[in-house]
Amino acid sequence: MGPLVPGLINGELNLVVALLVGLGFGFVLEQAGFSSSRKLAGLFFGYDFVVLRVFFTAGITAMIGVVVLSHFGWLDITRIYINPTFLYPAIVGGLIMGAGFITGGFCPGTSVCAAATGKIDAMAFIFGTFIGVFGFAEFYPLFREFFVSSNFGAPLLSDVLGVSRGVFAFLMTAMALVAFVATNIIEKRVNGVKTTPISLGTTRSVIIVGAVAIIGFVMIFMPDIKTASFAKASKLSSDVVLKQAEAIDPDDLVVKLLNRDRLIQVIDVRTADEFKASHIPSARNIPYDELANPEWRTVLQKADVLNVFYGTDEVQAGRASLMSKYLDDNSVNKILPEGFAQFKSQYIDFDATSTKDESILRFRTKAKTELQVLLEDETKAPPPPPKAPKIVGGC
Amino acid sequence: MNVTSETKYMNPYLAGVFLGLVLLVAIYVTGRGLGASGAVKSGVIACVDAIAPTHAANTAFYSEYEESHSGSVWKTWLVFEVIGVLVGGFISGLISGRLKFKIERGPNITNKTRIIFAIIGGALFGIGAQFGRGCTSGAALSGMAVMSAGGILTMFAIFGMGYALAWFFCKLWL
Repeated sequence: MGPLVPGLINGELNLVVALLVGLGFGFVLEQAGFSSSRKLAGLFFGYDFVVLRVFFTAGITAMIGVVVLSHFGWLDITRIYINPTFLYPAIVGGLIMGAGFITGGFCPGTSVCAAATGKIDAMAFIFGTFIGVFGFAEFYPLFREFFVSSNFGAPLLSDVLGVSRGVFAFLMTAMALVAFVATNIIEKRVNGVKTTPISLGTTRSVIIVGAVAIIGFVMIFMPDIKTASFAKASKLSSDVVLKQAEAIDPDDLVVKLLNRDRLIQVIDVRTADEFKASHIPSARNIPYDELANPEWRTVLQKADVLNVFYGTDEVQAGRASLMSKYLDDNSVNKILPEGFAQFKSQYIDFDATSTKDESILRFRTKAKTELQVLLEDETKAPPPPPKAPKIVGGC
Repeated sequence: MNVTSETKYMNPYLAGVFLGLVLLVAIYVTGRGLGASGAVKSGVIACVDAIAPTHAANTAFYSEYEESHSGSVWKTWLVFEVIGVLVGGFISGLISGRLKFKIERGPNITNKTRIIFAIIGGALFGIGAQFGRGCTSGAALSGMAVMSAGGILTMFAIFGMGYALAWFFCKLWL
């Protein structure tokens, strides 16, 4: 599951990836004509909209790609870098950059690409960016307060607008299409009809609109993996849940607990209050409603570790185990085939007078004292809180 | 306006799809998008560090950077990515026969004017990219791909301001 950094790819190898990504970036920019400042500036005068076309097509391609990858669980969108939103600095910065674009004719990325093909004006532009950053750095204390003001964290625009990611991607695509058609008309008019750089023929328009309609339809009904797993597990009937969830024998579980088996982890999906009142020793509390949250992914998806779920009843445990399976198909999940109350009365609060069976009596009496020891150990060293993986990025 | 040279370039929609895929690969593999201005920042910090180390240590901007970044400023992701852009752009220019030293400018200005305004534009971008937490690639394009509110806002501000000022600077380009 992506992203592969950090984890599969680290350190020096990540820098090699950076080089390769940059190589592709630079190559495509140059092929698209972004090494020409006059082409770039054409955007603002209506004679050449190539920047808008490439830029929006690229943004939408990547945006849809991210939504689709995360839907199939191949990309964990909680671990990718989301540009932070410092509201007023973002606007002011954009306005300053807009002024830079119209005067300089480049943006930093395109200027590097243009300089590579020998454009002296691009080299001057790069020199200018160094001066700009240096100036900013020298006068930083003056702007510092504004620079860090109106910090809204890193919200997604889709969340701000209250729509799903799929719907948002669809709206952006629709908006881009309108812009493509409109700019095509403007461009023709500005340049005279004879020069038609890229014309959208009728058939091609039909194909594009049809494709977008299909993509849009799919995306609107495409929830992300978290919501999907949660909804799926919560919707199943109790019978189906119990049929699909695999149970562990309570005695087996107790033996494993007493042996301090590191290849199992017991997960209590009841509420935090219920857990606090009483729980199976060494169990970890992940309330059912929070199970799909990203901070628990690494806990639930430990390689070779068996997850044993229990709750107020076996159905709740069953739903939890299925959700864990949906979130990661490789996870191994079992459930305690009884509610916590029953387990508690049979083991933790075992009453010796309740059974006449000699072997059960011996096993459970021994288990009761040893479970008590486990519980005391646990209060000495509680399990560490989950860690959200560190995300790096940005300019 | 003559745009016959356009035929030599790739279809912009196709180029857009390729660029989007490069961006998607970057996000999938590294969890982050593209960028450019961050490399300039690394460059400035390295230069100041080399020329005036005490000044760097005493100035908030540099010391805050040092605090939040470990290791050499040259061994950062964006520096390597921008080196890649340089090489990629060069290869593309070589293949398409577009490698040539020249100053590209509007027909009604001198080379000197063009260079002066290129430097001014670059400086503005350098400053703006700090406030916007990235430039057209880092904030606008990559921000759009991950639906960042701030990134998309910056994108609209960049293009909006470009249009707002176009009339005043038309002499530079037309």
